Amino acid sequence: MNATQTLIALWTLVVKEIKRFTRIWPQTLLPPSITMAMYFIIFGNLIGSRIGAMDGFSYMDFIVPGLIMMSVITNSYSNVASSFFSNKFQRSVEEMMVSPMPNWVILSGFILGGMARGLGVGLIVTVVSLFFTQLSVEHPLLTLLVVVLTSALFSIGGFINALLANKFDDISIVPTFVLTPLTYLGGVFYSISMLPDFWQGVSMLNPILYMVNVFRYGFLGVSDIPVGWALTAVFAFIVVLFTVALFMLERGRGIRS
Amino acid sequence: MAEPALSIRGLTKVYGNGFRALKGIDLDVQQGDFFALLGPNGAGKSTTLGVVCSLVQKTEGKVSIFGIDIDRDFAKAKYQLGVVPQEFNFSQFEKVLDIVMAQAGYYGMKRSEALPRAKQLLTDLGLWDKRNGSARMLSGGMKRRLMIARALMHRPKLLILDEPTAGVDIELRRSMWEYMRRLNRDEGTTIILTTHYLEEAESLCRNIAIINNGEIVRDTSIRELLAELDTETFLLDLAVPVERAPEIPGFELQQIEPTQLALAIHRGQELNTVFQALSEQGIQVISMRNRANRLEEMFVSMVEQGQSPIDEQSAKEVDA
Repeated sequence: MNATQTLIALWTLVVKEIKRFTRIWPQTLLPPSITMAMYFIIFGNLIGSRIGAMDGFSYMDFIVPGLIMMSVITNSYSNVASSFFSNKFQRSVEEMMVSPMPNWVILSGFILGGMARGLGVGLIVTVVSLFFTQLSVEHPLLTLLVVVLTSALFSIGGFINALLANKFDDISIVPTFVLTPLTYLGGVFYSISMLPDFWQGVSMLNPILYMVNVFRYGFLGVSDIPVGWALTAVFAFIVVLFTVALFMLERGRGIRS
Repeated sequence: MAEPALSIRGLTKVYGNGFRALKGIDLDVQQGDFFALLGPNGAGKSTTLGVVCSLVQKTEGKVSIFGIDIDRDFAKAKYQLGVVPQEFNFSQFEKVLDIVMAQAGYYGMKRSEALPRAKQLLTDLGLWDKRNGSARMLSGGMKRRLMIARALMHRPKLLILDEPTAGVDIELRRSMWEYMRRLNRDEGTTIILTTHYLEEAESLCRNIAIINNGEIVRDTSIRELLAELDTETFLLDLAVPVERAPEIPGFELQQIEPTQLALAIHRGQELNTVFQALSEQGIQVISMRNRANRLEEMFVSMVEQGQSPIDEQSAKEVDA
């Protein structure tokens, strides 16, 4: 394939993915908006007003970046996991496999599709948050960079999950038993400085903590961890997981007999 | 001489459980041919075609499509290839037009080029009116035609049809045959067909390979194969019931029902002799037909000959 044909193929796949999640918007776009509105009302307004300041900010302002990031992570991951697994399940993945489209284009198409949903939902949640607080962004470029990288990282994670999955249950295990706990314990609702030293150390092993903190730093200008180090770690994870996913795709793991 | 449309040498496939689905097969399909690949379920047809279109990873062997070795430049080879699989393999929730347009996009076709092509193919296959409907709303026959339209979007020179008319009613099947004939005759598309309807293979194809237990047991022209047919069995419907099958020296007659006889005719024997003898015995034949398609008789005898106790055993292990 020449460069133009490759771009057409990639664009086709991305548009197809965007059409998929917008076609089923009551399942993909609406629920996170409602759930996050509930978080803002209950944790931000009702309980948050009694908690007081967190790292020098109102509790509502503190949790908004974390909740946006939580939406981006879960939606990026689940979009790619469910879409690619559905393609496997319905065998429509064969449409791509018999075509001359390179594997890296297939992988990138799904990642970009996942990012479109993750970032789209993140934007919706941001708009919803404006009904509850006034957002100010201290470092706009950094905020954008970290949310894009995080979305890409979890889209790749969703792809690997879908490649390994043999049944629909397999694509809900990681979000339920890994992503949700790590996100809740990743400093979305609290600052790790509140924890005893031991649990602070344990928290530092949680990769989501870094993403949430850098994102919060972009909004508020405060972070529990070094920003540069965190960005490097996220970028390194992306490179490693992309390579692993591409290798699995080249080997036909889960899709070729 | 032009490169074969498909050339397979020493193709072997051993699955993870140790089952040898293909045992080093060789096969050539010439350009412009209408070729039948036949075999019983589990014989290796779909595995062979799966390797050709990259859905199955081969263990050993060489596959070339129009002279392009798939190990060297599979992407280039794939441009020559269109695939209509046995099972529906499109997203049931997508629109018909979106499915064919996406396929064109995967081959790098511009929208301005793909849209007229989609319109032409969907119109030819009677699906243009359904273009904005979801694929799951189509009937089984329409879904099969959708897969044909999708496979032809990028104008492949080699089209693989894996049981394209399975479950399709007779009228539609015949219209699909006509479409495939035109494609082969007018556009020069090489077609490889697998089917369980042997009448279909006999009617459409010029050359044939029969695969059984992962090996090619015959690779010849349909005409030559049929010329080898030793015995044909006809069913004779009688005007009046008979108590038992009449005896005619040199012929095998068997009573199926009181008003139906089965007649086995060997090569060199004449039907006139039978009719004359029946007439002399006061038995009137009102109609006659083949008990099975001629190719089917040949196919069954070949497959039965190729079945060994060891093969049956290995098949059982795989099923388990």
